[in-house]
Amino acid sequence: MALIQDREKAKVREILGRMDKPVRIVNFTQELECQYCRETRQLLEEVAALSEQLTLEVHDFLIEKAKADAYGVDKIPATLLVGEEDHGIRFYGIPAGYEFASLLEDIVMVSQRDSGLSPASRGKLAGLKDPLHLQVYVTPT
Amino acid sequence: MRLAHQFAMESDLVTADMVEASEFPQLAMRHAVMGVPKTIVNDRSAADGMLPESAFLDVILASARGAGS
Repeated sequence: MALIQDREKAKVREILGRMDKPVRIVNFTQELECQYCRETRQLLEEVAALSEQLTLEVHDFLIEKAKADAYGVDKIPATLLVGEEDHGIRFYGIPAGYEFASLLEDIVMVSQRDSGLSPASRGKLAGLKDPLHLQVYVTPT
Repeated sequence: MRLAHQFAMESDLVTADMVEASEFPQLAMRHAVMGVPKTIVNDRSAADGMLPESAFLDVILASARGAGS
């Protein structure tokens, strides 16, 4: 059964229509998939099918451990949005509910290669000297 | 959630994870996540709830400075 209903597809296509450059969706799962791993992969497959600018790469977290380590992925399901480079944008767990909207907006952002932040925020972030790791805990509803 | 990802997009030094709390209960417990959204900076608690862009960035940067001392 499809996770994105037909009537939602048009809306998703419209949002993805704002894409400018290609984006790779990189997904880590495993052969014996946990429930959310399976649903996340299916959701990403359905999203990727809705834009020619999107490609989906599915990796096995256990078999391709070197790749997971290179991306710093330490748990699954993991979803990364990659433009020409990896921008450090990750979703751990299924990006459903509100986070589905975040996923789509993030795809457009990466595609436009522009954070959309205010000049003041850009200035403050330009002053960073050390790596910053943010984790935002959310629930699906 | 979007702001953290926007910060990651803007700065090569920032990595931003959305973590679905119910799928990673042990992590959520470790960070004492009682309500969402909750933001953790460099493994330390930083912000509860949603904040506007400039306030959120200020809280995160202040927290990062604190953790670095």
